[in-house]
Amino acid sequence: MRRLPLFLLLAALLPVLPYFIKVSPYALNMLMQVSTYAVVVLGMTVVLGYTGQISLAQATFFGLGAYAVGLGTTDWGMSFWLSLALGVAAATLAGFILGLTTLRLKGHYLAMITISFQQIFDLVLTNWIGFTHGPDGIAGINRPSLFGLSLADDRAYLLLCMAVLYAAIYFVWQLPQTELGRAMRAVRENELAAEVTGIDSLKIKVIAFTMSATLAGLGGALYAAGFAYISPDNFNFARSIEFLTMVLLGGAQSAFGSALGTSLLILLPEWLRFLKEVYMAVYGLAVILIMVFLPTGIWGLFVAWRAKYRKIGKIDTTNIEPLSIQIPVDKAAPILVLDNLHKHFGGVRAVDGISLEVSRGMIHALIGPNGSGKTTILNVLNGIYSATEGSIVCDDVNITQMKPHERAALGIGRTFQNIRLFPSLSVVENVMVGAQRANTPREPGRAALRTRALSALQFVGMAEEAEVIVQNLPYGHQRLVEIARALAGYPKFLLLDEPAAGLNQTEKKSLATLLKKLKTHGITIFLIEHDMSLIQEVSDRITVLNFGKKIAEGEPAYVLRHPEVMAAYLGETTHGAA
Amino acid sequence: MADFWVTNFQVLFSGLALGSIYALVALGFVLIIRATNVVNFAQGDFAMLGGFAMVAFLSAGLPYWLAIVMSMIMMSLFGIIFNLGVYYPLRNRSFLPVIISTLGASIFMQNTVLYIFGPQPKPMQKVFATDGINVGGVFMDTQYLTILGVTAIALLFQYVLFEKTLLGKKLQATSQDKDMARLVGIPVASMIAFTFCYSAALGGIAGILVSPVLFVSIGMGSIIALKAFSATIIGGFGDVTGAIVGGLLLGVVEAFGAQYISVPYKDAFAFLLLFIFLLVRPQGIFGEKVSEKA
Repeated sequence: MRRLPLFLLLAALLPVLPYFIKVSPYALNMLMQVSTYAVVVLGMTVVLGYTGQISLAQATFFGLGAYAVGLGTTDWGMSFWLSLALGVAAATLAGFILGLTTLRLKGHYLAMITISFQQIFDLVLTNWIGFTHGPDGIAGINRPSLFGLSLADDRAYLLLCMAVLYAAIYFVWQLPQTELGRAMRAVRENELAAEVTGIDSLKIKVIAFTMSATLAGLGGALYAAGFAYISPDNFNFARSIEFLTMVLLGGAQSAFGSALGTSLLILLPEWLRFLKEVYMAVYGLAVILIMVFLPTGIWGLFVAWRAKYRKIGKIDTTNIEPLSIQIPVDKAAPILVLDNLHKHFGGVRAVDGISLEVSRGMIHALIGPNGSGKTTILNVLNGIYSATEGSIVCDDVNITQMKPHERAALGIGRTFQNIRLFPSLSVVENVMVGAQRANTPREPGRAALRTRALSALQFVGMAEEAEVIVQNLPYGHQRLVEIARALAGYPKFLLLDEPAAGLNQTEKKSLATLLKKLKTHGITIFLIEHDMSLIQEVSDRITVLNFGKKIAEGEPAYVLRHPEVMAAYLGETTHGAA
Repeated sequence: MADFWVTNFQVLFSGLALGSIYALVALGFVLIIRATNVVNFAQGDFAMLGGFAMVAFLSAGLPYWLAIVMSMIMMSLFGIIFNLGVYYPLRNRSFLPVIISTLGASIFMQNTVLYIFGPQPKPMQKVFATDGINVGGVFMDTQYLTILGVTAIALLFQYVLFEKTLLGKKLQATSQDKDMARLVGIPVASMIAFTFCYSAALGGIAGILVSPVLFVSIGMGSIIALKAFSATIIGGFGDVTGAIVGGLLLGVVEAFGAQYISVPYKDAFAFLLLFIFLLVRPQGIFGEKVSEKA
């Protein structure tokens, strides 16, 4: 941080440098290319680096911005600024519509559909000659003036581009620390867990995609006036790949990485001139090598190196506020009512007509042999699966048709059998994602979220590890962080899927204590578990499943002696069990 | 009225022939998807390489049949090299680095070929010298007939290989569950290498077949690959029958689109069809809807 002012001074000096020392027009052109491209590549940081969604159509949004300025200032006689606004708006709208229609799809599909979009755009630019001038492109695009000052001079226009770039870098740099940015990273790390924790993942992805398109449109608008001439070649699939390579080379998860990657990839052809015709082949080879040897890009190397020498911040655990989670147990009606719930997979009836009620403030255990449908019930309760038939009413609200994040917003928390955290986020950030769900009685702002998260961590005894990257924690601790993430979101109803799995005896004891402590706060717990001594110790009521059907229900002492239950577990017939 | 039918059959015929090329490349896609769970975005460049290998061997004076054999051998070897260089180092990472790595490979292959052969598209002679036959007014080009015939043979070969041989069973086991396959002693790495080898050869065949129609050019692979990949999605991601049906459907849609709507926008029809499928039926014609397990 001490070096920050120096860094800022250098950054501020760079754009005005051409006024003091002689810079060739060619070099100025390259700087202009770097600054406009970098804005576009920052869009890739948001969509690919932060949100983990691939986009191979960035050049189309870049093109929309550029063509708006190109056509606006020449054919349509509009001012530069109006054209720029139009271009950014067009790119934003296109990004929003494309995102909204396609982001339900994942991975390969998204890659493919963005390529298709790119190809169609290219065909339109080339073939709709009456509108776009076709392959000839648009020449004679004029530069604007600002507050009466003409920006026609290369040096002056570069100042404008650099100012926009710096603003974009600042924005993208700050984004991850906001609620939106944290939600984006959660979606990247584990979309399903993000959704169950209360994040509307589709909305977040569409926002990221739209933001990225906005930045690309802005970069394109500046580019068009900077170079005075545009043609379809500047906005084809190869350009999209180039943007992708830039963001990956620099480091997709950092704003500075993107700027670095862009600069390098524009300057490299200059330094590698001796390669001549094989340059593009070397470039393709470099892409493979980056993926193999530099998965986090150049900036990622720098971050890893810095992390090695920086001590992890110690948290003063004595000053953490106790977690406020007091849920009033004031109604007699059960918190959860399942009525004839079915979930079928093809011909398999994983859940076959379950009806049950969970009373408020209770620890209710769900047990049964492997494959009896326990986890499926939890997934249907969460909305990860939709019910084939039947209804789910939680706290008087029928949630059967709701999306997972809407259910989370009602106060349904969840942990998973195979822990689902956000691996590369720190412990406290993981829990902050839980704290930022909708409908909580929290104060606005990052500080309040962090306070809440630390309180939740303190509650499960993990506050000291707050700044550790969560994937570096031992297994048992990760389970506790997952519970803390759920607790931070003010849950009134907690679904725990085998919380004791993989824990040692000591850890199991403290888990039992934790569960009983949660119960005293009025939180209802619905628990799947195989550890019988834990179940006997903590549960008030047990439901037993076998083959998707309920075979017994009641107090632990009654249920565990039930002949059908013994038969299901020990494989004997009802008659044989004496 | 008769003219109407003749025209439409003519269009259908050429659509099916072009669709066969998409189907062959799509099949290569599907095999790799099933074996490795990733999409090889350089699949189309296998076709391009096959075309150029053919050009090179022919200009070296080899007879046509020998040039085909040599090209196929070369493509098979190339598939293995591709696996080692592009996929294998990234096999334990997510699909994203692999997609990008194959995109890089595509740029590399195209530009290396550009450096060696130059930018001029190369003509190639047809397999059979005769022009074609006339069936009730519909003209059937011999090259188109060859494409349809070879595609049918390739599909039959593949069916026998995968369903009737031990190697095929091993390949299927590898694609269904790698860990289990490893446990029962199947050399998974070799099976994946074989898959790349086989799908490179398939791509090579497609390239050699289509070259006399389209000319051999650097960019021929990219556009074929995009269509072929669209075909796999339309047919059902990772489904063999789907790839073939999807490929043929795309070829036919494209041919009719060019005939009745617009020639310059011919390439857009495939992508529009893809858009519609992704929005209305993302699992494709033969695909099943799957959701992630929690």
